[in-house]
Amino acid sequence: MRFKSEALLPIIGVIGLIALWYAAVWVKVVDPVLLPPPTTTFQAMWNGMIHGKLGGDFLKTVERTTLATLIAAAIAIPLGILLGSSEKIYRSVEFVIDFFRSTPASAMFPLFLVLFGVGDKTKISVAAFGAALVILFNVAYGVMNARKTRILAAKAMGASGLRVLTDVMLLESLPQTFVGLRNGVSLALVIVVVAEMFIGSTDGLGQRVFEAQQLFAMPDMYAAIFAAGALGYSLNLLFLMIERRFVHWAGK
Amino acid sequence: MNMDRATAMLAPDSRTIPAPTDQRPNTRPHVTVRGLSKRFNDAVIYDKFDLDIPRGKLVSVFGPNGCGKSTLINMIAGLVPADAGQILFDGQTINEITFGYVFQNYREALFPWLRAIENIEYPLKLKNLPKRERHARVERLVNQLGVKIDLNLYPYQMSGGQQQLVSIMRAVVVDPEILFLDEPFSALDYEMTLFMRDQLQRLFVKTGTTTMLVSHDLEEAVYLADNILLLSRGPARVVDFVSYDAPRLRSDATLSDAEFVRTKAHCLEVFQQEVRKG
Repeated sequence: MRFKSEALLPIIGVIGLIALWYAAVWVKVVDPVLLPPPTTTFQAMWNGMIHGKLGGDFLKTVERTTLATLIAAAIAIPLGILLGSSEKIYRSVEFVIDFFRSTPASAMFPLFLVLFGVGDKTKISVAAFGAALVILFNVAYGVMNARKTRILAAKAMGASGLRVLTDVMLLESLPQTFVGLRNGVSLALVIVVVAEMFIGSTDGLGQRVFEAQQLFAMPDMYAAIFAAGALGYSLNLLFLMIERRFVHWAGK
Repeated sequence: MNMDRATAMLAPDSRTIPAPTDQRPNTRPHVTVRGLSKRFNDAVIYDKFDLDIPRGKLVSVFGPNGCGKSTLINMIAGLVPADAGQILFDGQTINEITFGYVFQNYREALFPWLRAIENIEYPLKLKNLPKRERHARVERLVNQLGVKIDLNLYPYQMSGGQQQLVSIMRAVVVDPEILFLDEPFSALDYEMTLFMRDQLQRLFVKTGTTTMLVSHDLEEAVYLADNILLLSRGPARVVDFVSYDAPRLRSDATLSDAEFVRTKAHCLEVFQQEVRKG
């Protein structure tokens, strides 16, 4: 009983926010044109998703973010394992990784535009670039911080260097790898949405938000923002669920 | 690991390991340590250290803090490289023999992604034993020890004592020629420690495996041992190699037995002298 009521707690915040929103509209704190009531917004969201462009744009952004994350993971996970398995190798490239990890990925747009043109390739590759560095850093640290005792235990049982890597270090790094994947997918979404707004885009959630704002279609704009929020939240949740399924021992 | 040896060890007829009493008298030492030297930075831990470990005996290693008790068994087990010296097991190096090692920190030594039974089977998997053989071996060990815990659980679902029992099973499932235990019970509560001492003792009586146990608890060191190796402060020397041959299985009554009390008092005296010197 207690558990049930506690599980409902997060809903209070949602109800509170909507109530506040209604109140703001009702007392006209903001110009009604700038802040439409929640019902109108959700209606715009429903219509946009089912009949309008929002649904297609949503899927386009999902596609780009997923592709970028997959590419980033495919490059960064093996590379991270390689770098992390030798502290010397990692230390020698640590500065370069940290430097580019600290460089705003959006600053790389012009460079990638020159390399890949104005199409999808640029958006996806910049997002993949940003996500890859985050994943790489986390995987490498996960491998490097594998418990020394566990590695020693495997060696004492006669495990070869390769077996230690596959049977111990890889699994030891999984929790940290998932931290990297969750941060990576969030960053990829940010970069994709920004790219969709500004660099010659015709579709995607970023484009939808931008276009609605240009047309002063406020309910549509809010609808697109919420759709982006829902997407970000769902991606994070998805990775958390995969993590709980595959890394059941994390934190225990 | 030499495969022929592994298969020979697993052959059905060699499965029943003779109790120590049935063994032909073999007075040659099992382990010989000669000229062992080790330094950490400026501290000389071992300098031309010699030691013989008798076969089929349980040797407790005891000494002042920081004298290098764990370092000694880690060097003998090949987990920490020695700067100089030679360690042989019946003339063979550590890489040629099968040994078991139990760490103090079971939480960090077990693999949390594997079930307890998979943890125990892991060293057998490294030796490429087929699945059926692995199961059979674990089952035999479970019966031998009278283990009543659910081995399908993950380590983190078990109590500390159960986890350490799994660690010990993982170390002995390969039928090691020598077993190393580094303060195996010091992370357990007293009740569990008593239970685990008993488990270890039963295992030792059944297998007669040469065993080296590092302990910081003198009572435990004497209670479990055939020999207590008393070390000095660094560079460590063998101060005394005390025999204690009360019959096994020993019990609570042993703790108040005159011989036990006398042996423990002697070890304590030697230990105190060494501490005062430091």
